[in-house]
Amino acid sequence: MTYESNKAIDANSITIDGETVPFDAGQTIMDAALAAKIHIPHLCHYPGLTPAGNCRLCMVEMNGESVAACVTQAQSGQQVSSNTPELNAARLAITQMLFVEGNHICPSCEKSGNCRLQAMGYYLGMLEEHFHQFNPRREIDASHSTVLLDRDRCILCDLCVRASRDIDKKNVFAIAGRGIHARLVVNTASGKLGDSNIEENDLAAKICPVGAILIRERSFDSPVGERIYDRRSISDTALTEHVPEKEVDRG
Amino acid sequence: MLVLMKNQSRPRSLIFDKQHLLHRLYILQQQDRHISSETIVRVAGECNMPVSQVASVVDFYSFFYREPVGQYHMLLSNCTSCGYQAGETDLLKMLCRSLNVDPGITRADGRVSISETSCIGMCDHGASMLINGIPLVGLDETKVVRIAGLVEQQMTLCQWPQDWFQITHPIRQGGMLLNNVGPPGNSLTKALSTGPGRTLDMIEYSGLRGRGGAGFSTGKKWRFCREATGDTHYVVCNADEGEPGTFKDRFLLQCHAGALFEGMAICASVIGARKGFLYLRGEYRYLLTHLQEALELQYNNNLLGCSILGHAGFDFDIEIVVGAGAYICGEESALIESLEGKPGVPRIRPPFPVTCGYLGQPTAVNNVETFIAAAYIVDHGSGVFRMSGTEHSAGSKILSISGDCRNPGIYEYAFGVSIQQVLNDCGADNAQAVQIGGPAGTLVARRDFRRRISFEDVSTGGSFLVFGENRDLLAVNQNFARFFAHESCGFCTPCRVGTRLMEGSLQKIVDGRAVAADIDEIKRLSSLIMRYSHCGLGHTAANHMLDSLKQFPDLFEERIMRQAFSPQIDLEAALETARQITHRDDADAHLD
Ligand SMILES: Cc1cc2nc3c(=O)[nH]c(=O)nc-3n(C[C@H](O)[C@H](O)[C@H](O)COP(=O)(O)O)c2cc1C
Ligand code: SF4
Ligand code: SF4
Ligand code: FES
Ligand code: FES
Repeated sequence: MTYESNKAIDANSITIDGETVPFDAGQTIMDAALAAKIHIPHLCHYPGLTPAGNCRLCMVEMNGESVAACVTQAQSGQQVSSNTPELNAARLAITQMLFVEGNHICPSCEKSGNCRLQAMGYYLGMLEEHFHQFNPRREIDASHSTVLLDRDRCILCDLCVRASRDIDKKNVFAIAGRGIHARLVVNTASGKLGDSNIEENDLAAKICPVGAILIRERSFDSPVGERIYDRRSISDTALTEHVPEKEVDRG
Repeated sequence: MLVLMKNQSRPRSLIFDKQHLLHRLYILQQQDRHISSETIVRVAGECNMPVSQVASVVDFYSFFYREPVGQYHMLLSNCTSCGYQAGETDLLKMLCRSLNVDPGITRADGRVSISETSCIGMCDHGASMLINGIPLVGLDETKVVRIAGLVEQQMTLCQWPQDWFQITHPIRQGGMLLNNVGPPGNSLTKALSTGPGRTLDMIEYSGLRGRGGAGFSTGKKWRFCREATGDTHYVVCNADEGEPGTFKDRFLLQCHAGALFEGMAICASVIGARKGFLYLRGEYRYLLTHLQEALELQYNNNLLGCSILGHAGFDFDIEIVVGAGAYICGEESALIESLEGKPGVPRIRPPFPVTCGYLGQPTAVNNVETFIAAAYIVDHGSGVFRMSGTEHSAGSKILSISGDCRNPGIYEYAFGVSIQQVLNDCGADNAQAVQIGGPAGTLVARRDFRRRISFEDVSTGGSFLVFGENRDLLAVNQNFARFFAHESCGFCTPCRVGTRLMEGSLQKIVDGRAVAADIDEIKRLSSLIMRYSHCGLGHTAANHMLDSLKQFPDLFEERIMRQAFSPQIDLEAALETARQITHRDDADAHLD
């Protein structure tokens, strides 16, 4: 018997859309999928950070139950379906919810083309926003010299919170408020980013999937048409992302 | 064996920790009528916490405010039973008019603010409110007029008629738990002489299932917790009772606190805990003094404290933590977050609290009634308990009955009782439907009144809302939709955004602007919220919509327009801003 077939009968494998996928103890369904280069749509997950499970894009069906792949431990015998019309329709609706909840005017947004929410919309075939706009009033924070916080576009994914707390070790952000009033807050007495010790090279300043945290004066570094998702689909790029392992790589 | 009765007294400060973040913030809120940014920074410094943690706690709980509330701060319950709209008149509007104040906005002189809040658990007392945190019950038009007068004359609450604050406890029908008023200590004495292993066997054999809603086997939960490894174990009593229409825990805390604390101590002996918490919803803060006294009594009788009932090495303490207005804190992992001084955002499960709960330690969380039932089982035997009820629902259930019936109140039944029987007993002659288990539960229409209260059929944490013939059920749906949108913790997209969208879709139907496609849209939205949300709140938030659509389709059909499409926004209303800006109100500035 070959090593490969040994592995298949070995307890540590699941199936995703019929494909056998091995996993190591402690891995989530998402970890196992990414390692096998299978794309399960996700926005609030970023390999290398503790998963949070809030966006719900990564919902899959596992033995008849709907679970979030990024926070569900892989266990042998799990039969997972992910790329189904039903799940993709749900993902589309969830993406639309994220669009209408904030203020996303893509044509005038400097993140356009590099934005994971927008790219998710393209990937899922989103043609309209479907739900009515909430048009919330949210505060912009331009108090920092190099990092801009535009809450209008925040999707409350918590990535900056985790990056700042767990990787940068600065704990600059948190999410406060209940329900639809949830919003990103800055951990300073004034609540202003300018009084925090965030720097443009921090992971927290760069990880935002949308145009809510932006490095200032970089908007046209790459012209429209040559931006990340102008060239590649999020289903490819998402397979290659990881928090830089070494401090120096993060710079 | 000689049981040594040693009197132990316990300082209040250990029963109720004033330093707990929620308690500190409560005091500051009372003092300054709001919690300012400066206060947040100061508290963060004193507690050695990040400013953002204190800010996120202040912003999460309904009873903390960033802007000053009035000297008289009134929160009218918006429940379908104890709510301001339960009768003919909108009492909130009336009160606001009488005091010349807008809802949610403190009057310019700082005297008064009026707003609404989710069910405060006074459903058997008619329309009710919290005034400066204290329940004032039996509101009607006459009372509203008098309240306005008292506020204008700046009478302190002690000068107000005291019967307005009387909470009575109508037991309409007792059963094994409510009629059980044996001498204190019986259950715990028996548990300790039986030993933890056999006590646990008894609980398991009794078939007791959690009374808080989910109905998980209590014996199994305790066994998992007992077997879980950890530096220490905790017992937590869930007295958050947030499900609209439920008030049986309020009654049990008032009248059966001793049995509750014995039940918790029994659990402690089984799982090996030395410390327990009672998490009391903020709306029930008025019970705090009573509960502290009840705890002191337990200490005095050596039913808590060190070497309980003379059993060397069995030490157990109970501390009370009071919430601050958040239904989600009834969800056990959110409750634990709140105990830890954080916003009540439910955790990722698994791991479950039994292995990883308070401070990451194995924790058994149970409802008030569950602990009391456990104490009963230990005292009377699992056989007696099992004799009541049905195959999968042993024992009894205490119901909180309210709404359109002559005799609202507390009723205890053996599981398996039919809905019709309950309706007969509470004097509901012309019910068209009952909502069982609160907004998250099941709507049962008249043709199904043969159905039975049990885990096998219609289960409930205690809420039993009667809707008479004249009730506008669509308004009930609107009320429930608003409840979920208001109480969603905001963590996950489907629940945070979806519950808001649901409110809007219902409004469209009520306004008569909806078309057939909107009904399909509501069904899709419901299933999206329920299937893909993070926690139990989202998983149940659209039950009421699906139930109504199924049982009362005409309600919706009647109001929809016979055309293919109608926009979600109200175009005419949307033009209002433009009219204001252009100072126009002529015919051309309107749609038709
Ligand atoms: C949104 C939500 C609210 C809840 N509220 C309560 C509550 O107020 N009281 C309660 O005992 N259980 C409540 N529960 C259930 C608890 O999570 C938990 O299952 C229960 O406290 C366990 O105790 P039991 O097994 O004794 O019922 C709630 C659950 C959810 C999802
Ligand atoms: S953040 Fe993304 S989705 Fe939002 S406006 Fe910018 S490009 Fe569009
Ligand atoms: S600012 Fe960006 S990274 Fe942070 S929570 Fe909002 S969307 Fe996520
Ligand atoms: S990626 Fe899993 S919930 Fe967001
Ligand atoms: S916010 Fe609680 S279920 Fe999502």
